[in-house]
Amino acid sequence: MSTPYAKLPAWADYGLIPLINLSVAFIVAGFVVMLVGENPFRAAVILVEGAFGKGTGIAFTLFYATTFIFTGLSVAVAAHCSLFNIGTEGQAYIGGLGIALVCLSFDSVLPWWVIFPMAIVAAAVFGALWGFIPAYLQAKRGSHIVITTIMFNFIAASVMVYLLVGALKPAGSQAPQTRNFLAGAELPKLNWIIELFGAKIRSAPLNICFLLALVMAFLVWLLIWRTKLGYEMRTYGHSPKAARYAGISETRIIITAMMLSGALAGMMALNPVMGDQHNVAIDFVSGAGYVGIAVALMGRLHPVGIVLAAILFGMLYQGGAELAFEMPAISRDMIVIIQGLVILFAGALEHMFRPYIQALFASFSPKAVGLEAVKGKGA
Amino acid sequence: MAQAAIELIGINKSFGAVRANRDINLEVARGTIHGIVGENGAGKSTLMSILYGFYQADSGEIHVGGKPVSINTSNDAIALGIGMVHQHFMLVDNFTVLENVILGAESDALLKKSIAKARSELERLEREYGLEVDPDAIIEELPVGLQQRVEILKALYRGAEILILDEPTGVLTPAEADHLFRILKQLKEQGKTVVLITHKLREIMAITDTVSVMRQGTMVATRVTKETTVGELAELMVGRRVLLRVEKGEAKAGAIKLSVKNLTVKDQRGVTMVDDVSFDVRGGEIVGIAGVAGNGQSELLEAISGIRHAVSGEVMLDGKPIDLTGKADPGELRDRGLAHVPEDRHHVGLVLAFEENENSILGYHDDERYLKGPFLNVDAIMADAQDKIEKYDIRPGNPQLRTANFSGGNQQKIVLAREMEQDPGVLIVGQPTRGVDVGAIEFIHKRLIAMRDQGKAVLLVSVELDEIRSLSDRILVMFAGRIVGERGPEATEGELGLLMAGVEHQEAAQ
Repeated sequence: MSTPYAKLPAWADYGLIPLINLSVAFIVAGFVVMLVGENPFRAAVILVEGAFGKGTGIAFTLFYATTFIFTGLSVAVAAHCSLFNIGTEGQAYIGGLGIALVCLSFDSVLPWWVIFPMAIVAAAVFGALWGFIPAYLQAKRGSHIVITTIMFNFIAASVMVYLLVGALKPAGSQAPQTRNFLAGAELPKLNWIIELFGAKIRSAPLNICFLLALVMAFLVWLLIWRTKLGYEMRTYGHSPKAARYAGISETRIIITAMMLSGALAGMMALNPVMGDQHNVAIDFVSGAGYVGIAVALMGRLHPVGIVLAAILFGMLYQGGAELAFEMPAISRDMIVIIQGLVILFAGALEHMFRPYIQALFASFSPKAVGLEAVKGKGA
Repeated sequence: MAQAAIELIGINKSFGAVRANRDINLEVARGTIHGIVGENGAGKSTLMSILYGFYQADSGEIHVGGKPVSINTSNDAIALGIGMVHQHFMLVDNFTVLENVILGAESDALLKKSIAKARSELERLEREYGLEVDPDAIIEELPVGLQQRVEILKALYRGAEILILDEPTGVLTPAEADHLFRILKQLKEQGKTVVLITHKLREIMAITDTVSVMRQGTMVATRVTKETTVGELAELMVGRRVLLRVEKGEAKAGAIKLSVKNLTVKDQRGVTMVDDVSFDVRGGEIVGIAGVAGNGQSELLEAISGIRHAVSGEVMLDGKPIDLTGKADPGELRDRGLAHVPEDRHHVGLVLAFEENENSILGYHDDERYLKGPFLNVDAIMADAQDKIEKYDIRPGNPQLRTANFSGGNQQKIVLAREMEQDPGVLIVGQPTRGVDVGAIEFIHKRLIAMRDQGKAVLLVSVELDEIRSLSDRILVMFAGRIVGERGPEATEGELGLLMAGVEHQEAAQ
């Protein structure tokens, strides 16, 4: 009754509709490419080849995807508790601070496999604490989480600038960043996996964080759908009144969800900081937190969807860079436009084509929409 | 027979695979009151929404006044002289009556002229139909009966010749309902046509000229009201004979299980909703609280179940007090044997987006039976849900189906199964059969009686007087936050109705 439309089979719901949305986004993007006088088909080929054509491209795509998996999961965990965490950006940034403290302290004495777990904990704790403050304000004071998390992104940025031009900057350096980490704080690359398949890689930053991201995706699934805590978060997310009735503390669940979200956001920093740059530099998050919102929405807040959406955005980042290089008429801004279109059609206009597809399905076989739903396969 | 005001021919409407209306034919004669009855989900509201332009039929024709018409928006409907009074009033609470009446029918940019015109028009309508309302009263300060009158005035102001009323008496006292029926009869005498949608068969018998019965999207019968009976209509609605009275033996009341003393509850604005209420509920009895919706029953239930803060007073569960600061842990109260079927199952008692099995543990998800450490014990939850589905005949019997896809009656059974199967000492139940179809009502009533016979204390709050009278061993009547009287189950409807309307005891006794 609440949804006027019948349910679609799961494959159409989770496969066909996103595919159609994505296609439309690319078609519209194609027109934009035509507008600047380039051939959209060639652009598409360059984009896809740049992302998946060569070993190096694949490695870069997955490197970017790793970052987006973390931020996407972060947004999704909060969203399951109906909290719109826009603060992933800042939480990741502060997570980087935790990593910096661990790495700068221990990189000369400990091997990477000791430092890595410590850095994971530090990143998670710092991110969680940055999520805790807005959560507390929401739970106890009613300050809206959207507003406070946005503000906390700015505060995080200011704090990090202050530290990176001050306490964390090596004496005599002109660059607003920490000193480079020693070998103890460098994470192993995963490029050999791609090379196993015969592809050649010149140099790419894909590292062990990718595996960590996949593990976290699984753990998030476990958390949301298989634990008591996840059950309580979803209950609160769907209906705060039902949560109250069920004896779930509003304060506790908001704070817990936001801290978990912040922890995941903080862990995102591991990928660029320990896996690639080997230092903490100004603005190293560079919008990945916001991309995480799109990734989470497009992935329907489900870890599998988030991993796939993160790879798509990784492709847009990597292929887009190639495109900007190959086609001078297409600047970096054009890539942002294409990404924006994907977000628009896959996120904001997600349900635009839904009624038509449902009508189509209903006209083919009413049973496919009716009985499948009753059997509950879609769930 | 008079000329048809409305004629629907072969109306079909599907939502995806759900066929809400199948080949519906309906003829409503001019100047009559035509009832439409059916269970929830039978397609009554869909049909009327098509007539009022909210939905478009997939196929079929609508004739108004003998001419085929197409109604695409509610403005089309209004232009054809069709007015609708919704179940949930479409009024702006902080506007005056007058402002609400002209809303959407303002004749120019400056309101002054419209208001002056509306004022004289309202006066005329009041005179003609006996619809007295103070045009300058603020809506939220009016009792619901008068708010509904404003809805009717709104429709008439727009020149409605045909008036559709969707479940109009749900929120009214018996006296207010009687007044409404007098108004409707008057409208009929003035030549207006009235379509009355309801699930209360008694109202159909009392006021309609003809009645059509819908079941599962089809129009199963149309009868002249004088020539049919309640039993026949009920049978047509559900497709089988139903028991309208509950069989029950003598209550064997035992020890006091739940004791409420001088309980006072205020709402967020500081208005006193429950005013110094005291009563006891013993094991083995059902205590019913009758009253018109909004007289403090909801707040009373919430305070007792620990969800709402109470200003003063005390509530004892098995002789031990309940925390009334509003910070009580409902989980702890459940452990102490207090089960609560909330009034609002859509937002409180269930999470509609959840699978059925997830709802079957809501509030009991801390129970070790359903957990393995921090993890949910999915196998145990599933088995438990399946077990409840069988015991309570929940359909469709699939614990993985989204709860929103169950009908109202089955959703309510999910809640009842969850709360009753915990074997609580005290069960508090709010509106157990609101929006529930006839077949499920019978089942739910039997279960409540069975709980009582097992020696449980049952506190029942319902706005359905029939339900209160047939289930309760003692009836308390609430009005304006106070308990204004206690009666036995033999109390007449009129007697209770007067109490519910706030008429003092002495008068009620006369």
